Amino acid sequence: MPASPSVERGAATALRLAVSVLLTLFGLLLATFLIARVVPIDPVLAVVGDRASAETYQRVRIELGLDQPLYVQFWRYVVLVLHGDFGRSVLTRNPVVEDIARFLPATVELATAATLIGVALGIPAGVVAAARQGRWADHAIRLVGLVGYSVPVFWLGLMALLLFYAGLGWAAGPGRLDIFYEDTVAPVTGLILVDSAIAGDWAVLRSALAHLVLPAGVLGYFSLAYISRMTRSFMLEQLGQEYIVTARAKGLSERRVLWRHALGNILVPLVTVVALSYASLLEGSVLTETVFAWPGIGSYITGSLLNIDMNAVLGGTLVVGALFIALNLLSDLLYRWLDPRTR
Amino acid sequence: MFYRCAAFILLLLSAPLGGPAGAAAPPDTVVMGKGIDDIVSLDPAEVYEVSGAEVVGNIYDRLVEGDPRDSTQIRAGLATSWSVDASGRVFTFRLRRDARFATGAPVTAGDAAFSLQRAVALDKAPALVLRQLGLTRDNVAGRVRAADEGTLVIETSRVLAPSLVYFCLTAPVASIVERGEALAHEQAGDLGNGWLAGHSAGSGPYRLRLWRPAERYVLDANPDYWGGAPANRHVFVRHIKEAATQRLMLLRGDIDYARDLDKDQLDAIAGNPAIRFDRGVQSLVTYLALNQRNPHLRRPEVIAAIKHLIDYDGIAHAILGGTRIVHEAFEPQGYLGAIDDLPFRYDPARAKALLASAGLAEGFAVTIDVRNASPWTEVAQALQSGFAEAGIMLTIVPGDGKQVLTKYRARHHDIFLGEWGTDYPDPHSNAEAFALNEDNSDAAQKKTPAWRNAWSDPAMNAQVAAAMAERDVERRAALYRALQRAHQQAAPFAFMFQLVETAAHPATADGFLIGAGPAENRYAGIAKR
Repeated sequence: MPASPSVERGAATALRLAVSVLLTLFGLLLATFLIARVVPIDPVLAVVGDRASAETYQRVRIELGLDQPLYVQFWRYVVLVLHGDFGRSVLTRNPVVEDIARFLPATVELATAATLIGVALGIPAGVVAAARQGRWADHAIRLVGLVGYSVPVFWLGLMALLLFYAGLGWAAGPGRLDIFYEDTVAPVTGLILVDSAIAGDWAVLRSALAHLVLPAGVLGYFSLAYISRMTRSFMLEQLGQEYIVTARAKGLSERRVLWRHALGNILVPLVTVVALSYASLLEGSVLTETVFAWPGIGSYITGSLLNIDMNAVLGGTLVVGALFIALNLLSDLLYRWLDPRTR
Repeated sequence: MFYRCAAFILLLLSAPLGGPAGAAAPPDTVVMGKGIDDIVSLDPAEVYEVSGAEVVGNIYDRLVEGDPRDSTQIRAGLATSWSVDASGRVFTFRLRRDARFATGAPVTAGDAAFSLQRAVALDKAPALVLRQLGLTRDNVAGRVRAADEGTLVIETSRVLAPSLVYFCLTAPVASIVERGEALAHEQAGDLGNGWLAGHSAGSGPYRLRLWRPAERYVLDANPDYWGGAPANRHVFVRHIKEAATQRLMLLRGDIDYARDLDKDQLDAIAGNPAIRFDRGVQSLVTYLALNQRNPHLRRPEVIAAIKHLIDYDGIAHAILGGTRIVHEAFEPQGYLGAIDDLPFRYDPARAKALLASAGLAEGFAVTIDVRNASPWTEVAQALQSGFAEAGIMLTIVPGDGKQVLTKYRARHHDIFLGEWGTDYPDPHSNAEAFALNEDNSDAAQKKTPAWRNAWSDPAMNAQVAAAMAERDVERRAALYRALQRAHQQAAPFAFMFQLVETAAHPATADGFLIGAGPAENRYAGIAKR
């Protein structure tokens, strides 16, 4: 029996999507590979150090396959990746997959908490600022956003540590846990909050939460600044529309006009904003990770790049790229759910 | 399940408000904050990084050790006595009988021979230290041998200064590994290298419990250590890269030792009565290298002028604070034959006169390659300002550490600002690096700093060779002193500073020993009250 036209359309869309995702990942891999190969850093140095004999240097160069033409090196890597092998990191000596499984959850935990803070505070702040345009609440919220945009995250992190950790003693210090709780909970997901809850180890959970508050608060502030600014801008555009005037003329309460009608109509672009903010936190929180001694994927990729640890760089980039694509797909699905016209 | 979920939600809500969930370190446990992301392996045959050398120094023993009170002297390690025969090539070491590995197995000469043979056979980066003794993959099995259970014999390929041989054997690469443990974990003929990268098989005061790259390592004390049980039971070292974070954690009591405080952080806690400082001069020297392929930098007057355009004291005081001392020779202070002469002072007038005599009264333009990190960019700016006084227009070319090194190794720089640590605590290590270059061709096997700057002086090559073979310690020290004084005047290197390692800790903790190099830093004496 021939497939119905709607099933055929669905299959064609899925095929186009799969091809598009694969091409994007391949392009990302190729670009990262070429960039890492053209930077003027010798990858052999990361392995043998600065003082190895010419003989040792040459042996390692051959072991790393660097004596081969670039296209051969790239092809060999792609073949390995297709077999699920990302190779070993030169710096940690571990399979890259293991490293990513160790470092990525730390970043996901931090970025998720920060995004939750950003969404929970940023969207209401943006709505209030738009509703009170030109008044003190608007100015105050815009000032908060401006500071979030202008102040270096590194500095803000240090100030937060100085005030809330060293000064007031309200927050726990750097790291994901108090050092004596490290390795006391068997990793299941790599997310300490989840793993400690699964294990029922509330002391570890409490320690993890206490350590998460400050870095998540700092990153969440930056997320808040972005989300509130965009929400305000979207809301101002909606509040000038005729349907809002009509709703008000029909006697709907201001709360209902704002939170139901206007906010409801900006949810689609807001999803993109939140997804972008989340994605940028996944790979862009290197400085926060440094200040808070947070062993995340950003620090891992950056450290690997500076040492031309190619397997780690390519593996990390591929995973972060895949997360970007996944977040985009998730945004698309949410569009369809939020806006019936796109179905 | 319901109660678990309820407890989870309650904690979620209450933990951030309830302040930190502190788990204070017990008195028998030491916690350090330190940048340890340079560690790539903890196998002694492979360790070549600062942090890794410190770990290996604490979990393994060597035949002989440098004396921490006088780094020109050798003291007993696993060997209780050592001697060299009349030929000057056969060295005999008698091992102590009470030493045991962490597994309880006795340390034998067979283990010692295996360890040295293994390091040479694996041919990782630090194998170059043992190659100084003429040991190669082809000859090491015959030249390093156990005469009996307690006697090890090492035969060098030529006559070498005995002190050179002994100091080479104090390096991490000469650590003694338990043969049975290493071979039990051998994979594909790697002599246990893969396993030892993250485990220990030593007889030192600690054993390695855990190492997570770029996160932390944990050491457990060996209570049966032949040299006496350490004063603490556990050492936790957490990777904390940021100096300001280390300071805050020290002040809050979350770490007992902050290991990487920079000038600003040290200044901030200098007057704090609750904080103490352990300091030790280490073997890392800071220097400027002038590439002799640059026609201006090749002229002796220009080399001398540049050495008079460095504000040594000003930079040390204003930029480096207590982290460096002024030092103008290639041998680090504390080493055999080291000198503390300071022949150069900031003197722009003299530099101008020297440049004028070279026909460069108007100065010239030149670049300096420097790591894009504090304090090195600030030091480069200070040099730029000083050089401008004599008309030398210095353009700073900042780059990542590995990028700068790649360019330096390719001899593509004009001036290079860098640091150099010794490979082993013998004067030959730096003499070979800075004064020896017997093959200045691009295809040379040894790419020492002298080669990287295309500088070769046959007279100095001969002096280095003579000092390397001098068997009398006093005469040998005199040779190095003379070599350095000649080097200071003629070589295209301007040595400026030497590292002072500083560890900050509360008054309630004490006993950390900072040695002449990272491999000599010892945790065993640390006690908390």
